[in-house]
This record gives sequence, structure tokens and C-alpha cells, in this order.
Amino acid sequence: MRTTVTTERAVKGATLGASAGRRGPGGGGKPPKPGGGDEPWPPGFTRDDAIEPSKFRVGMWVGMASILMLFVSLTSAYVLRQSQGLGDRRDWLPLQMPRVLWLTTALLLVSSMTIEMARRALRRNRFGWFRWLICLTTLLGLAFLAGQLRAWVVLVGQGVYVYSHPHSSFFYILTSLHAIHLLGGIVALLIVAVAAMRLRITRTKRNAVDVTVMYWHFMDVLWVYLFVLLFFWKQ
Amino acid sequence: MADVIEPLTEDARHGPKRFLRRYVFSTDHRVIGIQYWLLALASVFIGMALSVLMRLQLGWPGGHFAVARFLFPQAAPSGGISPDLYLSLVTMHGTIMIFFVLTTAPQSGFGNLFLPAQIGARAMAFPVLNMLSFWLTFLSLLVLLAAFFVSAPNVIGPIAGWTMYPPLTALGEITGPGQGTGVVLWLLSISIFCVASLLGSINFITTVLRMRAPGMTPWRLPLTCWAWFTGACIALLSFPVLLAAGILLLADHLVGSHFFIPASEYVNGQLMTADASGSPILWQHLFWFFGHPEVYLAILPGMGLTSHLLSTFARKPVFGYRAMVAATVGIGLLGFLIWGHHMFASGMSPYASAAFSLLTLVIGVPSAVKTFNWLGTIWRGRLRLTTPMLFSLGFVSLFVSGGLTGLFLGQAAIDIPLHDTYFVVAHFHLIMGVAAVFALFAGTYFWFPKMFGRMMSERLGRLHFVLTFAGVYATFMPMYLMGIAGAPRRYAFHYNPATGEGLQYLAGLVPVTRFVSYAAFVTVAAQFLFVFNLLWSYWRGPRAAANPWQATTLEWSDVATAPVVHRGAYEFSVPGAARDFRMQDEPTASPSGQ
Repeated sequence: MRTTVTTERAVKGATLGASAGRRGPGGGGKPPKPGGGDEPWPPGFTRDDAIEPSKFRVGMWVGMASILMLFVSLTSAYVLRQSQGLGDRRDWLPLQMPRVLWLTTALLLVSSMTIEMARRALRRNRFGWFRWLICLTTLLGLAFLAGQLRAWVVLVGQGVYVYSHPHSSFFYILTSLHAIHLLGGIVALLIVAVAAMRLRITRTKRNAVDVTVMYWHFMDVLWVYLFVLLFFWKQ
Repeated sequence: MADVIEPLTEDARHGPKRFLRRYVFSTDHRVIGIQYWLLALASVFIGMALSVLMRLQLGWPGGHFAVARFLFPQAAPSGGISPDLYLSLVTMHGTIMIFFVLTTAPQSGFGNLFLPAQIGARAMAFPVLNMLSFWLTFLSLLVLLAAFFVSAPNVIGPIAGWTMYPPLTALGEITGPGQGTGVVLWLLSISIFCVASLLGSINFITTVLRMRAPGMTPWRLPLTCWAWFTGACIALLSFPVLLAAGILLLADHLVGSHFFIPASEYVNGQLMTADASGSPILWQHLFWFFGHPEVYLAILPGMGLTSHLLSTFARKPVFGYRAMVAATVGIGLLGFLIWGHHMFASGMSPYASAAFSLLTLVIGVPSAVKTFNWLGTIWRGRLRLTTPMLFSLGFVSLFVSGGLTGLFLGQAAIDIPLHDTYFVVAHFHLIMGVAAVFALFAGTYFWFPKMFGRMMSERLGRLHFVLTFAGVYATFMPMYLMGIAGAPRRYAFHYNPATGEGLQYLAGLVPVTRFVSYAAFVTVAAQFLFVFNLLWSYWRGPRAAANPWQATTLEWSDVATAPVVHRGAYEFSVPGAARDFRMQDEPTASPSGQ
């Protein structure tokens, strides 16, 4: 047993790893999992050769924690800067909220519902529904971004720029950071949508749908939070 | 053949591929690990060259140095190092060393190389993401190095120090040379670095959580893996804060917002801002909320590796394995609560400084637990004084001599007079810089056979250790005394004996300063032994056996099937066993066991 060359294991593992999980709709063959800790796996299988859907979910949770931390630290900066700007040297001039933001918030909330419906449709293998809902969600996401852009245009029309005062600086920076993150979600949705159009919902793609849905909900909640922080939270 | 480790170059792990996909844009965690390691090796030499210039200027102020003219013909045309140039040297030295050496090599470098192997996974959880994070790190280094060339002509980067304190970094070139383009490049580089680190830590955490081999329970993980995991958690939660701060400062700098710019800011006699009420202290809070965990991110992998190597080369189990794990996680948690001790000198409420002092002293507890456990591990062990073992022992020594002064600096009343002196320079160089670099050396000597299939020269390695160990102590111990004598840090010189310029009360320290410079030059020269050893061993070193150090962890296993773990990582000198060590994946019923 101990006389075999290391590379032999590697070659075996590589071929199996490459083929696993790409076996058309409905998912590939899952290698048998052992029951207990000391029971050996069948030769040739290692843990990572098994497609681990939880791997993607865990990675997404961890990633969301870091994004959350980014916005938490920006919030602390916001709160501190606001309290300074409302002090003796008053330079905190609250923005007048562009009304289009109500619309964009509604769009994003609806998109969260459609993507959730898409996830459930996929789980019941209703591909037609899934396709429509994914495309609808993508469109709603793009409409949200267009609405955010419109809000910027409205503010620029009022003569409010990034440098005008701290509240406007925070508004532009927070909305653009959220938009950049949301754009990442839209790219993921487009990938999923293209796969859905070609009816190639493989096992790996199901995982992609799963984490995209998680991320999209996160973006939705994050926007609602930013919306409240920027316009309804008073010191 | 069976007992020889296949070097990386001959591995058919992912099948035949073109050169570019296999060695450059590779998704193989081991190639990526070596890429990180090489990036850190290149960076450490750049950073070291900058420190040589600083030591020349400090030892012989006002001198004209051919090496300065050679390296920076534009910034030092006559070979003289101006105060501005000196400050930019300080900035670039600190930034390169902290981000591209101390953060990159122990965590991303060795972590990528050996974390999957040690937990029995074939790859990282997200290989493509892994490749992306390396290339972002590389891009970030390039952006930073661009500051050498495109800052103002007489400097090689920003002159603000690696902490980039606003408001002077937010106002542009008027606050000094390099404060315009130099600062922008610095901020861009560090923002890219943040993103790269975040992607890397997502990968590390997921890999440890989901990819362990069957039987690899948390309490069987090698301590290196615990350290990498905790380090990744630290990076995950601290780098976003630096990213946020960097974005805000970039906005202040480029688009004219006022996050960090206070009211009535006069710079060089010019009123910069009439009506703003930004807070420079806000930057300091955000920066050090990142900066202090960052210190532990640099040292934790070294602590894990030291525990690992002390056990392996003392042929004894780690003393108090669970206490070590608890101390690792505890340091990670407490590291987030003590950032304020970097800001005592900036002024804060006495209640806040008391709280930060207390928490800072509390982090001494898990640190002491570690130190005592290291001593307990080697106590009455059968020590094998190989080069990696020597560097691990050196790590313990440096951790003590650097760490004990942390108890001084953790108290506001002592910190305030010492904060801007060489006392702090000595403290953080010994504990964060040199100790972590010793762990890097130990790791390189230990894992070189696994990385390149050959052994490094022991004779050269020991010489390298002796010179480096003596050199760093001779360099940094006198700095404690200089600090107590009141020598301020960041000054381009203290006292110039030739012209009588400078601080008269430090005239007596001129010989000490020169001694430190000589010691630094010897230490730097000794590193060329290391490089020679690397190159020589890569081509001419003796072929390594499969498990040359008789270690127990999975990366040394040559069992052909997928690993299954049967026991903890440190089963050395088990009573009744045939050999003095048992591999983690050795079946219990094997003839050598029981």
C-alpha cells in the first residue's frame, strides 16, 4: 500500500473530479458517502470529488459576512460624521429624497419575490416557469439600476454632487457600492438565465442558482437598510 | 522512486496543460502557493533594500551613498537622502513589508501550499477564485511599485507613513511631495489588496469547513490549520473596514468630499478648508480596527507553525493542544477589541483608554498560554536541532523579547511618552516583523522538500540562522534603549556629528545608531546565504525522502488512496508503538501501530 507513487493517486482523482457533476439535468452521480469517521471511502474518491452543494452555500455566507462588514464600517463612519456635521460647524445638509427611490425599492422587493419563485419552480423541475422568472428578475434588477441612475440625475439637476456636503457624499458612495455589488448579482443571473435558455440546468448550475438567490435576497435587504439609514434615520 | 517526493514540476495532477495554464494562470493551489511565496520573497528584498538606505542615512546623516544614487537616480541624484525621500522610504518599506510579505507569505503562501494537503483535500474549495486572488495581489503590488516612478521627482512614494493618516493625505501635493499621485496609487493598491485578501479568506474558511477528509475532526486538525482558519476569519472581518476607509479617503482626495478633513485646516500657511467638520480621528479608528487584527493575521500562522515544528522536532505531542486552539481563537477574538491602543497618543477619553489598556493586557493571557505551552512541548523532549527547529526556537525567543514590551506599551501612561520613539520600532519589528519572518524561514526550510522535492543545505541553514538571530537582536535591542533615551521615530536623522545639526541630547547615541546600522547590514547580507541556499538546493540539493522529517501530518503521507484520518496531528513517541511517530492516516490495525 505504501509503495505506490504519489502521482498515481492524483491522476485517478483528477479524472474522476473532472467528470463528476456534469451529467446533464438532474445532476450527476454522487459518490457514496461514508457513515462514520473511520470508515474508508471507496478508492479514488476524496471529499472534494463529491459535489458539495454546501460548499457554495458556506462560501456565500462567508462572502456575505465580509460585504456586511464593509457596510457596517461605512455605517459607523456615517453615524460619526453625521454627529460631527450636526455640531458647532454645521455642514450636514440633509438631501431631499428623490422620489424615484420609492419605485426602485419596490422593484427590488418584487425582484426578490420573483427570484424566490424561480428557485421554487426549479426545485419542482418546472423549467418553463423558471426561465421566465429568472429573466424577469434580471430585468427588474436592471430596472432598479436604471432607477438609481435616475436618482443621481435628479440630484445632479438640483446641483447636488458628491463633494457638495457629507450627506451627498455618503449617498453617492453607498449607492454606488451597492450598485457594484448588485451588478455582480446581475452577472450571475445572466449566466443562470443563459443556462436556463439552453435548458442546461446541471447539478452545478443548480448550486449556482441556489447561491445567486441567497445573494440577491442579501442585496435586497442591504438596499432597504441603506434606504432607511440614508433617509429615515435621524440622530 | 516510491520513497521520493515528486517535485511540483513533474506532477501530472491535473493532466498535461500548456505552460501558461500550468505555471502562470494555474488553479492548482500548490502553484498558487508558490506564486504567493515568490511574490513575498521578491517583496522582502525590495523592502530590505529600502531599509538599508534608511540605516545608511541614520548612521551617517548627510552622506552621499552610491547605492542610493544607483537605486533611485531621480530621487537621490547626488546619493544624498533628503528628509522627504527618507519619509517615502519609511512609507514604502512599511507598506511592502506588512502587506506583501507578512500578510501574503505565511497566510496565503504557506496556507495555499499546505492547508488542503494537511486537511486531506485535493484542492481548495474555489480554485478559480484562488487564482483570481493571487493575480489581484500581484496587480496590487504593481500599482504600489508604480509609486516609485510616478510620485514627485524627489521621493519614491507618499511621505505619510504606512498608516496614511489624514488630513495631510487627503489634500494632495500641497502637503508634501508624493502626497498627490503617490497617495492615490497607495490607496488603489491597498483597496485591490483588500479585495484579494477577502476572496482568499472566503476560500480558506470554506475549505476548512467543508473539505476536510473523513475523520479529520476539528480536534484532529494540525495547529497550523487552526491558525490559518483563524487568520482567514480575521482577514474576512478586518479587511472590509480598511476597504471602506480607503474608499472614503480616496473620495476625499479625488472628488473633494470632507470625510476626514477638519475645519480651518492650514497647510503650509494656506487655508485649505473653511467650512468642513470631517474627522481625522475617524480614519484612525477605521484604520486601526483593521490594523490591529492585521498584526495577528501576520503572527498567527507563525504561531501555528511554531507549535507544529516544536512538536515535530522535540518528538513530543504539543503540550496542551486544546489550550493552544483556545489561545489561537482567543487571540483572534480579542484582537478586534484593542485597536485603541494605537491611538493613545492621538488623545481619547480616559475611560476609553483604560478599557483599551485592560483589554490589551488581557490579550497577554492567551499569548502567555502559547509561550508556556511551547516551553512545555520542548521540555525534556528529544530535540532534533535541524534548521527549521532552530528558527522555531528563535521565533519563541523573539516572541518573548518583543511581546513583553507590549505590556509596557499597552498602558496609556507609559505608551504616551514612548509612542513616537524607537521603543515602538523595536517592539513591533521584533514581535510582528522578525518573529513572523523567522516562521517563514522555518516553514521554508521545513517544507522545501515538499515544494521542490529536494532538501535544503543544513550547514548553510544553520549559518543563516546564527547570523540572522544574532543580527536581528543586535539591530533591534539597542532600539529599546534609544527609545527610552527619547530618540524619536520617523526622523531622517537624530544628530549629525559632522555638522552639529539635530537633537543635541542624542549626540551620545551616535555610536549606538551606527552599531545598529552595522548590525542591520550584517543581517541583510546573511539573507543572501538564504537565497543562495534556495537556488543551490533547488538544482543541487539531495533528493528528499517521502517524509524526511518523520512528521505525522497528511501532506507527508504517501498512501495511495484518498486519506482517511484516524488520529490527531501530534502522536509522537507513543508508548508501545514501533516507530516514534504515527501518521494521521496510518490505519490503527497496521503492524506498526499498537
